[in-house]
Amino acid sequence: MFFKRLLPLMIFAGIFIALMIGLSLNPSAVPSARINKPVPEFSLPPLEGAGIGLGTEDLRDNDKIIIVNFFASWCGPCRIEHPALEQLGQQDGVILHGISYKDRPQNSLSFLKSLGNPYRKIGTDLKGRVAIDWGVTGTPETFIIKNGLIRYQHIGPIHAVQMNDLILPTLRGLQQEDSP
Amino acid sequence: MIAELGHYLLVLALGLALLQAILPMIGAARGDGRMMMLGQPAAYGQFFFSFLAFLALSYAYVISDFSVAVVARNSHSLKPLLYKISGVWGNHEGSLLFWVMFLALFGAMVAYFGRGLPQSLRARVLSVQAMVGVGFYLFMLLTSNPFDRLVDVPLEGNGLNPLLQDPGLVFHPPFLYLGYVGLSVVFSFAIAALIEGRVDPAWARWVRPWTLLAWIFLTTGIVLGSWWAYYELGWGGWWAWDPVENASFMPWLVATALLHSAIVVEKRDSLKSWTILLAILAFSFSLLGTFIVRSGIITSVHAFATDPERGFFILIFLALVIGGSLLLFAIRSDRLQAGGMFAPISRESSLMINNLFLSVAAAVVLYGTLHPLLSDAFFGVKSSVGAPFFNLIFGLLMIPMVVTMVFGSHLKWKRADVKGVSQRLIAITGIAFLAALMTFYITYGGGIMPVIWVGIGLWLLLSTLQELATRIKLFQRPIKDSMRRLMRQPRSSWGMSLGHLGFAIALLGIVATSSWTREAQQVMAAGEVMQIGDYSLTLKDVIPVTGPNYTAVRGIIAVTSKDGATFLAYPESRTYIASPITTTEGAVRTKLSGDLFIVIGESQGGGRWGLRAYYKPMQVWLWIGAAIIVLGGMISLSDRRYRIGSPHRKSVAERRVNVL
Repeated sequence: MFFKRLLPLMIFAGIFIALMIGLSLNPSAVPSARINKPVPEFSLPPLEGAGIGLGTEDLRDNDKIIIVNFFASWCGPCRIEHPALEQLGQQDGVILHGISYKDRPQNSLSFLKSLGNPYRKIGTDLKGRVAIDWGVTGTPETFIIKNGLIRYQHIGPIHAVQMNDLILPTLRGLQQEDSP
Repeated sequence: MIAELGHYLLVLALGLALLQAILPMIGAARGDGRMMMLGQPAAYGQFFFSFLAFLALSYAYVISDFSVAVVARNSHSLKPLLYKISGVWGNHEGSLLFWVMFLALFGAMVAYFGRGLPQSLRARVLSVQAMVGVGFYLFMLLTSNPFDRLVDVPLEGNGLNPLLQDPGLVFHPPFLYLGYVGLSVVFSFAIAALIEGRVDPAWARWVRPWTLLAWIFLTTGIVLGSWWAYYELGWGGWWAWDPVENASFMPWLVATALLHSAIVVEKRDSLKSWTILLAILAFSFSLLGTFIVRSGIITSVHAFATDPERGFFILIFLALVIGGSLLLFAIRSDRLQAGGMFAPISRESSLMINNLFLSVAAAVVLYGTLHPLLSDAFFGVKSSVGAPFFNLIFGLLMIPMVVTMVFGSHLKWKRADVKGVSQRLIAITGIAFLAALMTFYITYGGGIMPVIWVGIGLWLLLSTLQELATRIKLFQRPIKDSMRRLMRQPRSSWGMSLGHLGFAIALLGIVATSSWTREAQQVMAAGEVMQIGDYSLTLKDVIPVTGPNYTAVRGIIAVTSKDGATFLAYPESRTYIASPITTTEGAVRTKLSGDLFIVIGESQGGGRWGLRAYYKPMQVWLWIGAAIIVLGGMISLSDRRYRIGSPHRKSVAERRVNVL
């Protein structure tokens, strides 16, 4: 009879042990962040009519900070962040490259023709394979690279507020790293 | 300054909670009236200080004081005022403060309304209530101080997740918390009863309004959350068996069982230790839910920012509260003497069987929720059970439960006549069976389960109406006489009728919308037409719009239904300035027969847009049913005999009224 009344406590003890073990486990072992990792090896064909393609060696400039932006013409937020990208491309000591993500080349081209092309070089990732290596979750997504290492990853469009509070300070911080 | 003041007020509230936890308990053991009396002023003061602390944090949100860490992390100066305020409880620290404030509020309510309780019982209830409070104050002050300052004060805050910027979400968490915390009162009553070693019908009458109150809040909170998911998440889903949803559903199932078993204690002085166990479990599930949400132990779409240190603290707290109370239950529950006996076929039995189904349902949800954790912790395998598991089990488990509901409400207390009840039910059983056959014919090839469920749902609906008709002797007496009886029904019996009626209506809605939803998807340019169900949708235009803190594209869609009615629908897709999340604002056209739900997707280039549309038959029945359930609860709560704090001996006249 006493055992019957003890049963709820014993069940709870079992759950408690499981929860105790569970606390030390990570339920969502997602791939680690790509921050401070080298840029993935890749080589992408050009967007016909807009430059010569993009590959890993383009990102290994040791003097300048390189920004890579994944975009697509079908992506509304990409239009929103376009002015921010143009501003970024004009920064001193910064080179902006673009990767057109899962987009028809002619659509990407007309997107850039109507809004302006802020990118130095453009690669076309038709199937989105390269984007997987970069850990891109969706467009737009922006990476800041220095000495061939990814130093910052921005998911989603860059709004004006974020431009001033996040992106520009990050760039300045990276530029000042080397200066004594 | 205000933040430091808030911090200080919390420490003061902790001090008062410690006093309230210790002194009245000792006083009750010694029979010292003065020590017992201390419980009330301590409870009032504790509430006063925690409420002021809450106001202090709200103030920091309203003026966007980003030097307070929580405000900087979760608010934004451009946010509309309503969402600045709801942001107070939209995060871990703030919601804890919210919790503990309500905990103190309920303590103060017990102190105020419980003046008619025996002095020792009230002292012990207040003491247990304060013990729970002490745990929460310590948790907040040691691991999650909402008043922490930032050294580098940012110019702008991070913003609240745009998905959470919705009126539905302003009210969903408060109701849920009120439900969880309300169950703490019931828990305190149960622990106090175990310590006193006495549970009697009077105890059940005192506990009942608190259970009902907590249950109403919990039901409302769950339904609001579900409703929000339906409108906001953009695919018309209203329940996903997500761990956090389950965390609120488990205490609800147990509280529903408790609501029914407390009736047996009150009417028949029976099922006592079971009722006490349910009271402990209902609050334990609330705490477990809090733990699941805040420890990050199980992945969920809802999870708060997680932190192992916090998880550890809550786990120890859980062990003390739940383990301690279950130990107390094991040691003391044999003192609760069983009262009235009853036959296997009786109202009592049917309530007991229903309790059993509800408890098994709660256990199933608990297992399904913890499954990923259990398999990972004990077998090192990552796996989860998912919605099909829950849907299957609930689809089967709820059938005998509804059958018991139908029979049970017609059975008499003590010993009932099965044959008589069966004969009375023949007519409505026939109607329900015919309805199921018709459903089978209309939806031929669509599976047998929905057909069975339509039959059973309708059966419950008719049975509930028939039970009411029997009670007022409809068609047996002149109609005027019946109407007079109807008006004189005790409010608690209205509660039962409406509760069951609402449940049946919601059930029918659930079956229809989850079995026969239709979906269409198309990339459209202006002027193109899409068909779904009886509607044809023409995309007129897509225009950009700007809101206070977002930009959006809005589709203008002309909808023509088969009966010739036309109207315009405006689905939106919003992108928020402060965080890169796009939310959908579906356009919903609600009719009793079904909802038309239109969502605008991404631009496909060249002026073409992705559009999705759903037709969800009888979706609104779910919300109507839920509203009727809550209404039933409120009417029952307003019953004079059960009003919080006015417990008085049942008069002979009332004892004759044989109602739920």
